[in-house]
Amino acid sequence: MRRSVSLLSAMVFGYAFLYAPIVLLMVYSFNASREVSVWGGFSTKWYGELLDNDAYLNAAWLSLKIAATSATGALVLGTLAALVLVRFGRFSGRLLFNGLITAPLVMPEVILGLAMLLLFVALEDLIGWPDGRGFTTIAIAHTTVGMAYATVVVRSRLAQMDVSLEEAAMDLGARPAKVFFLITLPVIAPSLAAAWLLAFTLSLDDVVVAQFVSGPGSTTLPIEVFSSVRLGVSPQVNALGTIIVVVVAVIIGMATWLTSRKQRSQP
Amino acid sequence: MRVGGLRRDWGRRLVLAVPYLWLLVFFLAPLLIVGKISFSESRIGIPPYEPLVDWAENGIAMVRATLQNYVLLFEDDLYVDAYIQSLTIAGISTLLCLLIGYPMALGIARAPEKSRGPLLLLVIVPFWTSFLIRVYAWMTILRDEGVLNHALMGLGLIDEPLVILNTDWAVYIGIVYSYLPFMVLPLYATLEKLDTTLLEAAADLGARPIRAFVSVTLPLSVPGIVAGSLLVFVPAVGEYVIPNLLGGGDTQMLGKALWDVFAQTRDWPSAAALAVAMLVALVIPIALFQRIQTRMEEGRER
Repeated sequence: MRRSVSLLSAMVFGYAFLYAPIVLLMVYSFNASREVSVWGGFSTKWYGELLDNDAYLNAAWLSLKIAATSATGALVLGTLAALVLVRFGRFSGRLLFNGLITAPLVMPEVILGLAMLLLFVALEDLIGWPDGRGFTTIAIAHTTVGMAYATVVVRSRLAQMDVSLEEAAMDLGARPAKVFFLITLPVIAPSLAAAWLLAFTLSLDDVVVAQFVSGPGSTTLPIEVFSSVRLGVSPQVNALGTIIVVVVAVIIGMATWLTSRKQRSQP
Repeated sequence: MRVGGLRRDWGRRLVLAVPYLWLLVFFLAPLLIVGKISFSESRIGIPPYEPLVDWAENGIAMVRATLQNYVLLFEDDLYVDAYIQSLTIAGISTLLCLLIGYPMALGIARAPEKSRGPLLLLVIVPFWTSFLIRVYAWMTILRDEGVLNHALMGLGLIDEPLVILNTDWAVYIGIVYSYLPFMVLPLYATLEKLDTTLLEAAADLGARPIRAFVSVTLPLSVPGIVAGSLLVFVPAVGEYVIPNLLGGGDTQMLGKALWDVFAQTRDWPSAAALAVAMLVALVIPIALFQRIQTRMEEGRER
């Protein structure tokens, strides 16, 4: 029963399905021919063209700024929300709170995008803020989505945490805020890093919500990529994709190496 | 699990108020506004909808709500078609995800303990790389002159290129590919916890592996199946990028229709009505997901 042949072949198929497109994308980014899928010799010219493409570079810089801002906001809000859900017990309004924090996880992006846009239009009509759409509106929308994901990550770590440490500190007279910063925060730090990275990645990757709440002059990288690949395949996008895959692989590799080293040093 | 000193503290109120207010203002309020505008009349201007309540000079409020936007959804074949196609495409894709994802999750759960972590990581890694780029990768593979057709023609299996890109097939492939990790992860979580002594008992009683699977493993993994299916089905119904890049002219899905009404026709009230209609279709799956999620989290917190 263990590791039967059919199970093994299903797994091989599954992993091949997941990775073949990524590998092909990377291989063809070094293709000299403009025809993306016909091999015309090795070349790095698409990388050169990509780095000369101001539209992509500006969009990438804007996207990185938005992602860093919204991930930080999402981390703070998500950590607070996780604390509320794990440590506050029952309070009136808990059901609504829990519903509001999990709904963005399964809400279709088009609905979120439209809803956020209508809110910003209504707010601007009412109080004159936000003035136009761009960095601020995209960052707010991404913070809301990222917050829901950050809560899931931090919440499960908090739930597994041994509360006796916190209780001991309280018994010794430490105030709740001090306990949080000195005891809780260091213990849940790895999950905070994971939550921040998750929110960062989601923001960097979002095209739908951003398309609704962006304004003229605030084109993010995914919007730029989306509008160019809609017209057809483009070797520069292969090069961009390869860079993204390599960066992600390096970060995940480093994170895995760090956690495994830490686990080994703590028997 | 209450931490005593935190109770009735103003600090406690602040910790609660900040995320709560954020969610009320930047999540609940927007959804309510969508509901409100779906009853407004559309007009040409900025913003492109009439106010729902008009204050006349003598202080009398005039409510100008209309059901016109919803009537339109039922009368226009385009929307009815998009509604049905969205649900069908999402349903079939979910089933395909389950067919591919279940054996993978089972395989990982039955693998030696040491290799489970890396195997799981390999499922998650693609999710961390750009979704848009991965969908684009399929464009280069499925095109008429793409990698797949080149390979198949090179092998002599086909004489003419298969037309896959810009058909529903490409949309299925794109959705299954993009959402497969969401199916595998919850399935793995339930399968990994499964008590293997039950399977041994079944084997001792003479059950063949298939029989043991159908009567032990499968029923016990139902929560994982439900959670994974919802995580695939719900976003797939509103999918926008995949039908746009991989689908054809006759692939109509709600997400795409909503954007077109919003951006091209600039009929915001109809777009809002479409969003409400989509939510109605998804309310039961979303509520179900929340119940499972809450039960799993609270089971862990107890």
